[in-house]
Order: sequence, then C-alpha cells, then structure tokens
Amino acid sequence: MNKENHSVTQKIVEKWGARKDCLIEVLHDVQEECNYLPREILTEVSEELEVPLSRIFEIATFYKGFSLKPRGRFRIEVCMGTACHVQGADIILEAFERELGIKVGEMDENMDFSLDVVRCVGCCGLAPVVTINRDIYGKFGPGQVSAIIEKYRSIPKKKVDIEKKYKEIKRKMKTENG
Amino acid sequence: MPKIKPEDLAKIKERTRRTLILREGSGRAKVTVHMGTCGIAAGARKIMNTLLRIIEEREIDDIILTTSGCAGLCSHEPMATVEVKGTAPVKYVDLTEKKIEEIFDQHVQKGIIVKEYALGVGSERTE
Amino acid sequence: MPFRADVLICMGTSCIENNSFEIRELIQEEIKKHNLEEEIRLVSTGCFGFCDAGPIILVQPDGVFYQRVTEKDIPFLVEEHFLKGRPVKKLMYTPPKEKVPIPKLAEIPFFNQQILIALRNRGLIDPEKIDEYIARDGYAALAKVISSMTAQQVIEEVKASGLRGRGGGGFPTGIKWELCRHAGEERNEVRYVICNADEGDPGAFMDRSIIESDPHSIIEGMIIGAYAIGSHQGYVYIRKEYPIALDRLNTGLEQAREYGLLGDDIFGSGFDFDIEVHRGAGAFVCGESTALMASLEGKAGVPRAKYIHTVEYGLWNKPSCLNNVETWVNIPVIINRGAKWFTRIGTGDVSESPWGGSKGTKVFSLTGKINNTGLVEVPMGITLREIIFNIGGGIKKDKKFKMVQTGGPSGGFLPEELLNLPVDFDSLTKAGSMMGSGGMVVGDEDTCMIDMAKYFVSFLVTESCGKCVPCREGLKRMKEILERISEGEGKEEDIELLEELGFILENGALCGLGKSAANPVLTSIKYFRDEYEVHIREKKCPAGVCKELIEYGIDQEKCNGCTLCARKCPTDAISGEQKQVHTIDTSKCIKCGICYEVCRFDAVYRK
Repeated sequence: MNKENHSVTQKIVEKWGARKDCLIEVLHDVQEECNYLPREILTEVSEELEVPLSRIFEIATFYKGFSLKPRGRFRIEVCMGTACHVQGADIILEAFERELGIKVGEMDENMDFSLDVVRCVGCCGLAPVVTINRDIYGKFGPGQVSAIIEKYRSIPKKKVDIEKKYKEIKRKMKTENG
Repeated sequence: MPKIKPEDLAKIKERTRRTLILREGSGRAKVTVHMGTCGIAAGARKIMNTLLRIIEEREIDDIILTTSGCAGLCSHEPMATVEVKGTAPVKYVDLTEKKIEEIFDQHVQKGIIVKEYALGVGSERTE
Repeated sequence: MPFRADVLICMGTSCIENNSFEIRELIQEEIKKHNLEEEIRLVSTGCFGFCDAGPIILVQPDGVFYQRVTEKDIPFLVEEHFLKGRPVKKLMYTPPKEKVPIPKLAEIPFFNQQILIALRNRGLIDPEKIDEYIARDGYAALAKVISSMTAQQVIEEVKASGLRGRGGGGFPTGIKWELCRHAGEERNEVRYVICNADEGDPGAFMDRSIIESDPHSIIEGMIIGAYAIGSHQGYVYIRKEYPIALDRLNTGLEQAREYGLLGDDIFGSGFDFDIEVHRGAGAFVCGESTALMASLEGKAGVPRAKYIHTVEYGLWNKPSCLNNVETWVNIPVIINRGAKWFTRIGTGDVSESPWGGSKGTKVFSLTGKINNTGLVEVPMGITLREIIFNIGGGIKKDKKFKMVQTGGPSGGFLPEELLNLPVDFDSLTKAGSMMGSGGMVVGDEDTCMIDMAKYFVSFLVTESCGKCVPCREGLKRMKEILERISEGEGKEEDIELLEELGFILENGALCGLGKSAANPVLTSIKYFRDEYEVHIREKKCPAGVCKELIEYGIDQEKCNGCTLCARKCPTDAISGEQKQVHTIDTSKCIKCGICYEVCRFDAVYRK
C-alpha cells in the first residue's frame, strides 16, 4: 500500500468523522482532489470506513456525478436541461464531439478535455448553457465551439496539470502528517 | 460574535438598516451587483471587477459596493442596482464593462440616470 | 363585493418613524367620511425598500406611488384620488434632474404582477451577511415562535395558512408536520427535518436562486419546523451542480451558529437544533423523498414503496419531515404575517381543510422561447396566459406560441387552448400535467412535440433507478418507439402502443418518478396527436427539428452572400461567391445547424 495516498484518504475520511453515512461526501472530496475516483483510493476508503468495496462501487456507478475514469484537465459539460434542449443543446453537443473527435463520456488524447452532459445547471434563463470546470457560458451556440476549445487549449498545461497537482497534494499531506 | 437573544434582533436591525437604505450611512451611493449563477454566467464578475477597478483607480471612498443574489430577470443579466442617497434605486440591465463605467460616471458621480440602460426605478412589491 | 382599490401603506420601520401609522388612521377617517369603506381597502405592508421617500403609499390596481406624504395632504388625497379618481401628481415620485419619470418597476409588467414571499429578499440583501437578513425582519418569526408559541400553535398556524408543498406534490405542510410530530411522540423517537434542495427538474432553478440570494430564510424556516415537530437535527440535501448556492448556505449556517440561532439553547430557550448539509451526486431520482433519504444514509438513491410514510419511518427509520426549499422559506412569513394574511392570496377555501385550495404564491422559472426569461413569483390562480404573455412578454421573435411544459419530466405539455387555465395544484393535475417544482418551458412553432416527448423519455431512461420493471423496461420501449417516429419509421399503431405503455407506467410503477414518467408522452399525444400523425404518415417534421426528416436550405431572396455560413460550415457543404447567393450541398450536409445559427439575415431554413 502506498503510504502517501493513504494520508490523502485518511485526511478526507477524518474530515467526515469516519461516518459511513458520509460515504457520498467522502467520494466527492476524493474526486475533487484526484479529478476522478482511482481504484486504489477507493480500496482505502473501504478500509477506513469499513464499507465493502462493492458498496462503494455501487455508489460510484449509481450517481452520475462520479467518474471511475480519469478526466481531462478541462471538463466540458453541456447542459441538457429542458430549456437548453428547446434552444438546441444537442447540436452544441454534436459540435463539441466533432471538434474534439470524442464522444460523450470520453477524454481526448492530450488529456485536455473530457466531454459530458449535465442535467440542468439551473441557468435556464441563459439557455443554452455550457460549463467548463467552474466557468459558465450562457447563450451558447455551435458556432462558438471551436473558439472556446482553442481558448482553453492554449492555457499552459502546467497551470492545471492534474498529475502534478495530485503529486503536490500528496507531498503536502505527507509533510503535514510529519 | 456573541450569541444573541430575541431582543437583540431589533438592535441588529437598526444598526444594519442604515447601510441597507443609505439613510445615515457613510456612503453617498450604493451599487449592488446581482451575482447569482445566472448573473455570473452572463458576466457579472466582469461588471464587479470594473467597478472595483474604478473605485480603486480613482480612490473613491464614499461609495458602497455590494453584491446580492439573482434579481430574477435572467434574460437581461448582468444587472446592477444603483441607489444614490436620497433617491430611488434604479435597476440597470444588459450591462457591459463599458456601460457600467458610463453609469458610474453619470449616475453614481453626477446623479444623472442613464436612461437608455435603465430598466426601471424602485423595488418590487413584497406585499 | 370586492374592493375597488387597495391602498398599501408601508409599515416598515422607517416609514413608521415618518408617521405612517398616524397617516393610516387619518386615511381611514377620511374614507369613512366619504362613505368609501366598502370600496377602498387599507393594507399595511412591509418595507417597500424605498425608505428614503417614506412614508410611502401605493394605490392598487392603478399602481400610483405616493411618497413623502404628510398628514395635511390626506384629506385632499382621499377626495381627489379615491373619490374623484384623479391621482395627485405633486405627491408622486419623479427622479431628480428628470422631467419625465422613468418607468417604475411597478409599471414594468415583468415585475408588477409579482408578489414576493419566497423571493422577498432577492436582490435586496447581501446573502452572506446575516445582519442584512435580520434587518429585513429575519429571525423575527423564530423569536416569536420560541418566546410565545407552543409547538401545537405553530402547527395550527401553518395548517390554517393552507400552505402546500412547493416541491410539486402539494401535500399540506401543516398536516405533514403534525403527522411527523405524532409519530415521534407515539414511539418516543428522535425526529428529523430535511430540506430538499436537490432541484432535479430540468428547467427549474428557483431553489438555487433562493439559496443563493437568501440562505437564512431556509435556515429560519427549518428551525421553526424543527421546533414544531420536536426535532433536533436537520439536513439539507443539495445538488452538487450548485456550487455557489452550497457556499452561501454553508456561510449562512456558520453565521447562524455564531449568533446562537443554531446549536444548543437557541435564543436561550433550551431548544437545541442544528443542520448538516449533504451534497447530491447527480441522480434525478434523489428528489423523491425515500430515495433522498436513502442517499442521506450514504446509499444508492433507490426509492421504496410509500405505503409506509416517511413521516413515520423515514431517515434511519425515524419519523422524518421533508419539505422543499420554497416551502421552508414561506414559513417565517406565515408566522410573521399570520395565516389569515397568507390565505388572502391564492385560490379556493382552506378554512375547513388545507386541501381546499392553493394558497399563497408560487415561484416559476420562465424559460424557453420567451422574451423575458427569469424567475417570477405570482399568486396562485393566475392564468398561464398572464404568466407567459404579460409577465413573460410573449414569444421570442413574435413567433407563434405552441405549448408550455410545466412540472418537469413528471409534468406535461399544455397547448394554446389551455392558456386560460388557472395555475394551481388541482387545475394543472386535472389537465394532465402538474405543478411540479415550477419549471415552465415555453415552446413555439419551431418546437417539435415528438422531439420534446423523446427528450423527456430519454432523460428518464437514464435517470430510472431500475428497481421496478414498468419504469426500467417501459420507458426504454417508449424511447425506441419515439425514436423511430422521429426517424420517419413510425407505424400506424405506435400511438396506441405508447398510450398503453403509459397506462402501465402510471398504474404499475413503484415511485412518483415512474408513475408520472409517461405524462410528457401522454399529454403530447392528447393535445398534439396530429403532429404524431404527420410524422408517421407523411414522414415530415412540421417544426423542422427531427434531423432525419428535414433538410437545410438557403433562401435565395434573403441571402446576400456574406460567406459567413460557408466559412463556418465544418464539412464545406456550402458554396457560393462573395455577394452571390449561396447553396447547400445536401449530400455533404451533416445538419449540424451552425449555418442556421450564424446567419444574420435569417436566410438559412430547415424544413
């Protein structure tokens, strides 16, 4: 077992008082730290919380907010709420699929982008809406897709390098834990 | 902050009301930027940043800049409310960085309402 | 006899300082003098938020706004305006340095038909400052409850108000509280209060907006509910898609704890209560009460049959009271203003039972092909037409109204013929739709009903938890049928098959999600059957939406050869010289819709 990872998991589990009913919250935090739910961390969560791994996988697959696969440094989410749908959200999604050469639920080769749909972000007044990480774009159209992809692609990688961030966190946790 | 008793509510109310309605507060005018998710999506942060920049650059200290939640009319976000002391609040809609700068110069500084960007004056009915 | 006019007098603190109380008495006397008591009603209101011009008087329905009224103005005012019908100009408001007043919010249709109860603080206070909430009478209801009311009195007040669940079900809130309290007392068990902030209905965002702009109103409502029910632990279950709302709610909870409004010994009364926030993880079904409680327990959000009610056996098998965000925020207002005041707004008669009508207001999110999109709070009983055309400003680009979808995936589509339908719990259900959480999505002539039905069924297919067969299998089959209709492969008997499947779902599914899942399909057939027939028989989509049945083209008359579409086309299907009419090569066209979107001259068409 990797000692460094262990401290990340422990820290999160402790934050939630090692309560079994807070499993979903724990997984949220793991995903925030690691960008997805890595299997090795889930195994540790299972041990720490004394919840069977199968239960954890049940939760991780039941809820659409969790991903068992790594995701791109920019997570594009196309809102598929009703208001966005009537304003043409599906052709926006198609445009992203075409521009990125990937399907919904996938990540591009450079690990830059992953593409997902989301059921209503609650900005229906500005439909159609696309979110990229925590940025929200309203009144979006398929004609804006290529420009926005370029905009994000040109952001230097090191700034939000997931791998590096993950390593950093692990290092930080290690020093904090002595 | 100490724990409060029911009778403390009136004191807090009195204390806060001043800043809320600009009666005896130190501010000469109050600008409220509506920052709900919708507003932010439509660019309310840019509006806020522009205002912050103006206030900092010109070293203005008699304007209260504050944020509030959604104003409800999403199709006209970003929105802001300008209230100059002694006059009714005016809601501005479909703002851009340029527009808010103009509104600041005209309405906040000189008291002239920028009619072309204004939606209306007053507040809604809360019955 | 109804009153001819309401005279609203501001009784906010600062207006009272400016003698609004005495002015009210004077107006009352003058009205008596002119024998207008049967025609003119005096109403004391809370703060108008325009305190500097106090005392303020608003005359409805004329919407005349008087300011800085003094006692000596009153006889003249009453005689001129109320008796002779001539509003008094010199007391009206005109902005400084302006000759002609700019429109008042009260003159703008979007605002003037709204009555704000749930959204009372929207845009007025800083949601991250508890003091500003208190300045707008926040936590006064809690103080009143704790210092002067018994739990039973609180329950009676809420029952008398006729408040019904704003999450869509419409169950009377007071009765729910009473059942939960009784269940807990009988078994001597702990009780939980829960706030459902898992606003899953696509197209509805009032809960997000309330939490973002006024988090303390929810907290106060929940504490009052907990006091009435006898609970010491509350939960808020909030969508993870709402990060801003989550932050503001947590800030609010923190501040309430610092002030001793949460935690032990609230207001020094000996009553203990605290609230914990849990994030959802993207499952629509978790808006259903039993699924939500399962999720709170850290399990997969799978509903169970509800012959055992959650008020008896809910979270951790303890009596649990779950209310929606909008329901909770109504509570402080009902306590402050009284049930009697609340029942003046809305429809029906709730003096015998809260089931007798729909009282108070409802917040709707108005979206889709409508001019003024946004959140509106209107009295129950207002018609769809008033909401869509007066408040919403009608359909974008002057197109033709086709339908309004209410109630999210559990609701239905309502056609033009039903625009005069009053919006309340019972009327909407009767029409085959439902109130739901209050999403209203408007469609115009370019909206295809088959596409809409397919959209909702596809949504529900991915959101079905899979526990019961009718929902898991039935919805999949419905989706397949709708898909083939939209692809021009529909069969004559498909409509009947859809109706049959719908019947099975309605009667055989386990939970609310499944039982109502067929509503969108059934109402689309009920009100737009001809559109199904055109798709099936003529293989055409009249709205120009179903991809397999349409083609893109360029209107020769409108195209001026700006080349924008050709430059944007991802497959180079558009050709034409600069300033010459362009054409689309339909064999290359992938119907991506970019040309349609980018054309500034409306020259690209779909048919």
